[in-house]
Amino acid sequence: MRKFWAWAAVIFGMLYFILPLLGMTEFSLKMRRGVYSFDAYAKVLADPRFQETFAYSVGMAIATIIFGVVLIVPTAYWVRLRLPGLRPYIEFITLLPLVIPAIVIVFGYIRLYNTSSFLPLTGSATGTNILLMFGYATLALPYMYRAVDTGLRTIDVGTLTEAAQSLGAGWITILARIILPNVLVAVMSGAFLTFAIVIGEFTLAALLNRPAFGPYMQLLGANRAYEPAALAVIAFAITWGCMALIQVVSRFAPRAPAQLH
Amino acid sequence: MSEPFLSIQHVRKSFGATTVVQDFNLDVDKGEFISFLGPSGCGKTTMLRIVAGFEQPSAGRIVVGGKDMTSLKPNQRNIGMVFQAYALFPNMTVAQNIGFGLRVAGRPRAEIDARVAEMLALIKLGEFGARYPYQLSGGQQQRVALARALAPKPRLLLLDEPLSALDAKVRVSLRDEIRAIQRELGITTIFVTHDQEEAMSMSDRIVVMNAGRADQVGAPFEVYNRPATRFVAGFVGTLNVLDAVVKDPASGAVEIGGVPVALARSLGSVKAGETVSLALRPETISMTHEAARSISIPCTITAVNFLGSVIRISADTGGNSLSFDTFNNPAAPPPTPGDRTTVHFSPADLLVLQA
Amino acid sequence: MRLPLDWLGVAPFLIFALLFLILPTMNIVIGAFQNPAGEFTLKNVQGLFTPSIMAAYWISIRISLASAILGCIVGFAMAAAVVLGGLPNWVRSPLLTFSGVASNFAGVPLAFAFIATLGPIGLVTVFLRTQLGIDLRSLGFNLLSFWGLTLTYLFFQIPLMILIITPALDGLKREWREAASILGATGRQYWTMIALPILFPSLLGTLALLFANAFGAVATAIALTGSSLSIVPILLFAQIRGDVLGDPHLGYALAFGMIVVTGIANTIYIWLRARSERWLK
Repeated sequence: MRKFWAWAAVIFGMLYFILPLLGMTEFSLKMRRGVYSFDAYAKVLADPRFQETFAYSVGMAIATIIFGVVLIVPTAYWVRLRLPGLRPYIEFITLLPLVIPAIVIVFGYIRLYNTSSFLPLTGSATGTNILLMFGYATLALPYMYRAVDTGLRTIDVGTLTEAAQSLGAGWITILARIILPNVLVAVMSGAFLTFAIVIGEFTLAALLNRPAFGPYMQLLGANRAYEPAALAVIAFAITWGCMALIQVVSRFAPRAPAQLH
Repeated sequence: MSEPFLSIQHVRKSFGATTVVQDFNLDVDKGEFISFLGPSGCGKTTMLRIVAGFEQPSAGRIVVGGKDMTSLKPNQRNIGMVFQAYALFPNMTVAQNIGFGLRVAGRPRAEIDARVAEMLALIKLGEFGARYPYQLSGGQQQRVALARALAPKPRLLLLDEPLSALDAKVRVSLRDEIRAIQRELGITTIFVTHDQEEAMSMSDRIVVMNAGRADQVGAPFEVYNRPATRFVAGFVGTLNVLDAVVKDPASGAVEIGGVPVALARSLGSVKAGETVSLALRPETISMTHEAARSISIPCTITAVNFLGSVIRISADTGGNSLSFDTFNNPAAPPPTPGDRTTVHFSPADLLVLQA
Repeated sequence: MRLPLDWLGVAPFLIFALLFLILPTMNIVIGAFQNPAGEFTLKNVQGLFTPSIMAAYWISIRISLASAILGCIVGFAMAAAVVLGGLPNWVRSPLLTFSGVASNFAGVPLAFAFIATLGPIGLVTVFLRTQLGIDLRSLGFNLLSFWGLTLTYLFFQIPLMILIITPALDGLKREWREAASILGATGRQYWTMIALPILFPSLLGTLALLFANAFGAVATAIALTGSSLSIVPILLFAQIRGDVLGDPHLGYALAFGMIVVTGIANTIYIWLRARSERWLK
């Protein structure tokens, strides 16, 4: 009897999840009257605006990941090594982006970094791009920090550092050649999640007026019928791909203790 | 003879194709403390869980006080149980944990409070009623678990390796405490353990289990000194096993490493020329000769372990290796490895092991 | 010299957090209590208590609460089915992976998926109309409404619930159930006296998190409804784009109100989670 209800709950739930996925897939194939076709996909993929915005968002995602890793890995490492008392406070800061809605943060950006401020980032396209990247890094902060911190927990940061120092390594060498390789799996999990978040992000890019994939999708949705469904399928495939990659890299997670060369 | 209080009759338990318990029979008298002793996977915990009602036996019956309980649910059996991993309810205080059984039974508030206070006093944690389990040490948690099991005055107390998660010192003191409480309340108790020292020191009787069967049931003294099977002999205590060649099965004449030994008892169906295994407890071997120790075998010392009051010595007799104990003697330093000596033992201490 | 040097190691992070997280937020909060001349005032916050803005908050809170509660119930049922329902092992891992994907599949594409399914010419709408003769529209269902938005939000709310509550359900030890049962408790007594009280902080905490999650969701709402449904995030979006309220400082107050609501929800979450972790240590 319990098993019956268990199956009922799971099947009912999965029906709810599968129907929209089925709906969008079916809809995306219906562009040509009467038959299923990939016309909507062909149209979307051939659209130069799609190519531009997608390339832009991929570029922003990569930049965000690199910036995030360079900012967060040394910080998390340093806090574990030297300032363990600071950990709760740093952790609290990293969780703030979950508390403060993204729309409020970007509202603050627009006010704080306008053309007449001390740091007029929104004055130029490059400046706005940089601001957007910082915004994405902020959104990704809770996930990235958590992933890296969890990765660092599995290795003995103090011993590794002392061993490297006794062999004459400097801070940059320690970070790049010892700490980073050891938390690579965790960093990659965070990176793929960041990628999934940035690619589809709408609010920040729209309000900062940057030609990103999210606003493009919204614009297309307001004006077309079948192409948005094709875009939704593509976006879902990207999210699924990122999660699948996280699963794949996680297989390698419990790694052997670090080797010093 | 009076009716046994708990009677386990022909119990078998199979999970799919594997049989975990086979034809288990045991009668327990009221107030007895019984241990199920055996290595992990021998079926002792499964047998306990069948008594508790968490598992249904594939065959057989559980009878308590003359009533068949086999088909009763655990919550209808009026049994107390203590688990290995404490299993205190983390959302309740110590007092609420102890009172839980009475609360679900719908007892009046005043009765519950009085019983909880009585139980707290019994486990000597009178001040701890308002604490939460996470504020207690492992030993304290396990005492609370014991009090919780005893509070509803169960007919039977089951202890599932209650000491194995604790560190050595706490384990010994709690062991004595459990036994004292059990004696005081006179409650029939089954204790599951893989630790032979625990089983020997606490139990009225021990059930030594091996591969789903009860190999031997008996008082600790009996199980230790007259093991019924080779498994029991090896599992309970340290044992030297000697290969002996049978000369005359009827009179019990054998040869150990070329030395003739008269066992003075019949070896039954064994034929002359065959090899039998004889066992010898370390404490029955001595390096000093006495009249009763009529067998002397030369050997070479291979290792000396100084354990404090006792010194454990290993020696090679040319084919068989022996270990034996001597008491520490400040006036006479122990031998050193490589020394040649002679050990002596009595043929009466030799146990003939069944295959 | 040791201490300042140690602090230098976290300086880049602290500067980043200050510049791109804390200062922008503070700026909005302070702006909410200033008039255009930069003087302190409570007028902006008072301005929130007009019927149209209060209505926007009210419908936002209702949608968030409804999607959070339903997400909790359905997510709990699915997680419980997998953890306690005796389902085969191959169900669990795909369900958790799928939950990871679905909880991140929010925003614009999610809205498209629901339009393609429950919109006027969506798969389910058309199927019900042509095959079963059920006209959703005539039954009063509209995707661009309270229930439509709630139903859409559930697509990321349920998976989030599954991801958070599964470890909590795993944390329920078999021995607790057995100990309760041998002490005479029925299955119902076990749930009401032990399992649910143990899970309660996790359940309520997750409810708060789901609430904040839905309350801050902008992209899904905009892509789904355009501006036809006046909920707080859409109102704020329009205000930032084009000052539809006609008063920039009222916009700051609107944003400040959002921080207060999600802040309260998240404080509850963090506080309750700390409590449940203490128990389950």
